[in-house]
Amino acid sequence: MTSESLQQIIIEPKGKLGGFQFRELWQYRELLRFLIVRDIKVRYKQTVLGGLWAILQPFMSMVVFTIFFGHLAKVPSDGLPYPIFVYTALLPWQFFSGGISSSGNSLVANSHLISKVYFPRMIIPAASLGAGCLDFLIAFMLLILMMFYYGIFPGVGILLFPFLMVLVAFASLGVGMILAALNVSYRDFRYVIPFLVQFWLFATPVIYPASMVPEQWRWLINLNPMAGLITGIRSSLLNLPISWTDIWISGTISLLLFVIGIFFFKKMERRFADII
Amino acid sequence: MNDPVIRVENLGKRYRIGTARERNRTFREAITDMFASPWRFMKSALRKTPAPNEESSDHIWALKNVSFEVNRGEVVGIIGRNGAGKSTLLKILSRITEPTEGRIVMRGRVGSLLEVGTGFHSELTGEENIYLSGTILGMRSSEISRKFDEIVAFAEMEKFINTPVKFYSSGMYMRLAFAVAAHLEPEILLIDEVLAVGDAQFQKKCLGKMDDVAKGGRTVLFVSHNMGVIESLCPRTLQFDEGTLVFQGATKSVINNYLVSHQVNNSLIVDLAARNTINDSSMEIRFHSIWTETLYGELVRQFEMEQPFFICFKYIAHKAIPNALIAVRIETLSGQIIIDSWDSDSLNAEEILPGYYSVRVKVDPQDLHPGHYQISLVAAVHLIRWIDRVDGALRIEITPVSSKQVWRAERNAILARVLKWERTHHDNIATEPSLSNM
Repeated sequence: MTSESLQQIIIEPKGKLGGFQFRELWQYRELLRFLIVRDIKVRYKQTVLGGLWAILQPFMSMVVFTIFFGHLAKVPSDGLPYPIFVYTALLPWQFFSGGISSSGNSLVANSHLISKVYFPRMIIPAASLGAGCLDFLIAFMLLILMMFYYGIFPGVGILLFPFLMVLVAFASLGVGMILAALNVSYRDFRYVIPFLVQFWLFATPVIYPASMVPEQWRWLINLNPMAGLITGIRSSLLNLPISWTDIWISGTISLLLFVIGIFFFKKMERRFADII
Repeated sequence: MNDPVIRVENLGKRYRIGTARERNRTFREAITDMFASPWRFMKSALRKTPAPNEESSDHIWALKNVSFEVNRGEVVGIIGRNGAGKSTLLKILSRITEPTEGRIVMRGRVGSLLEVGTGFHSELTGEENIYLSGTILGMRSSEISRKFDEIVAFAEMEKFINTPVKFYSSGMYMRLAFAVAAHLEPEILLIDEVLAVGDAQFQKKCLGKMDDVAKGGRTVLFVSHNMGVIESLCPRTLQFDEGTLVFQGATKSVINNYLVSHQVNNSLIVDLAARNTINDSSMEIRFHSIWTETLYGELVRQFEMEQPFFICFKYIAHKAIPNALIAVRIETLSGQIIIDSWDSDSLNAEEILPGYYSVRVKVDPQDLHPGHYQISLVAAVHLIRWIDRVDGALRIEITPVSSKQVWRAERNAILARVLKWERTHHDNIATEPSLSNM
């Protein structure tokens, strides 16, 4: 083997900001896989119910919301039974919010890795989000049962569902990366994240329909990427009319959040090992 | 032969320390800063790196102006006191942190072992951890599968491979962790003090493995405080002090240079109570102080050759520990043990009860060459675990009294002992040895 065949590594101060290396991320794809598997395996270790928690959490939220908002507060639900109305939105919402919290805390939780070995740091928040996919799939099973129970089935709109979920993942990872990077410097964000998630839930049409918002303010609520995406997901799963403008606005903002997240993360990444 | 795979040019790394001016640990400080001195906040927010003239006291250069080259297949040792910049250098080489200035060019896959058990998760089984840790250290999963049996066999772990590692003893954990690390096969390997773990037998095995690695044509940079290990593994060594490369060359001369420049604690009674503890259990028995004295009770550190002396120390036992033993070791400065004596050698081995103890050990140093030695203390439960341990607690010097002894010290022998010789003179060669008739 001649030295020319070896890969050359140059270490200099301040790696270029634009140096978002897909090739390097691709080389480390196995690490991403193993970290996802680790997070999944560890998540429900030493619990009696195990993976059932993935269903129980959204299910209990659904029960509570149905009692308080559906029955007591009589929140409208676009003519659908309130439980399935709220559950279709809770699924992507919990994927999104769970992704924010776990990826937001992921760097600090893995500080022992960051200070001891090199790999593209972005893998850590990405793996946290990836581990949430399994929970989502398990919880989705319950939705299928509910669809049969209520006799409500999706139409062609369901083709849109995977794309919308990908956009949700982008938004979640974008916000998660920003929070993760901030969390390294300012541990305050560990306490900020739960509040953020809570407020964000109320700003998103999960427990109420987007149609409750007056028409002239719809654009404003759609600046929250989750608003358009969750309404879109609900429409695609429950065979409601799809509002393309909402999806376009929210989808664009999701992608924008993702790109901002990457740039912010790359900018902060350099100092992680020194200050974590 | 001149084929550098690592080229380091003017490397420097500056850390910010102390004040929260630029490095706000909490968000509140950042916010207060913003209002308290908006102009400074703006400046520091806009500026990516501090201005070059900002050589203020809240900066420290962990490395400065370091340049060296390492050729392919070389095994290079790195020594220096704590805080000399060795670990920072390895962190930069392994890309964990960025240099502030300078440039490094490396050719080949780089693997770094900065601790044992990187990426281990206590909830996962041994097998799962082999894959996880291996991937984190840079192995491909196909590579791990191929070496899996070898790793398990090296760790002597066949029975427990499906047990979560949280149920492992610390020794088992270390063995498995090192086994994974030992099977890394990058072209360039960076190692930091990982051999400081495990029982003596396993350490020996690890050293053997390291030796294989070194002879296997790989390029290795090896940081250690153990001069003996450095000497046996690395033909060439770099010595760091306060962030700069102060000396490099053949290992033997670098080690000598290091040992001479190494500061000795000169007070006659060495206080051991204020040390950092090695682990929680070191609070059960704790060495308190150590000194040496002549047979007449005079506190000194220098003894004439063949003059007996006492090693004295005090320790505190905080609770009763069955089977606890105390040892005194006389070692060369490179850590090679010359005398290893345990209290059970001449005292009745009994349970150590809580309380304060003073110990006096008489040393008859007829085997010691003139030179410098260090004394180490060990408290342990026999064959089970360390309780407290002070390496190089005290340094003594044996001085020659006659020129004969000086000459003898130049001989290439480990012991200074002289044997009794007899000789007769004959006119012709006798067929039988006749010394017995003398």
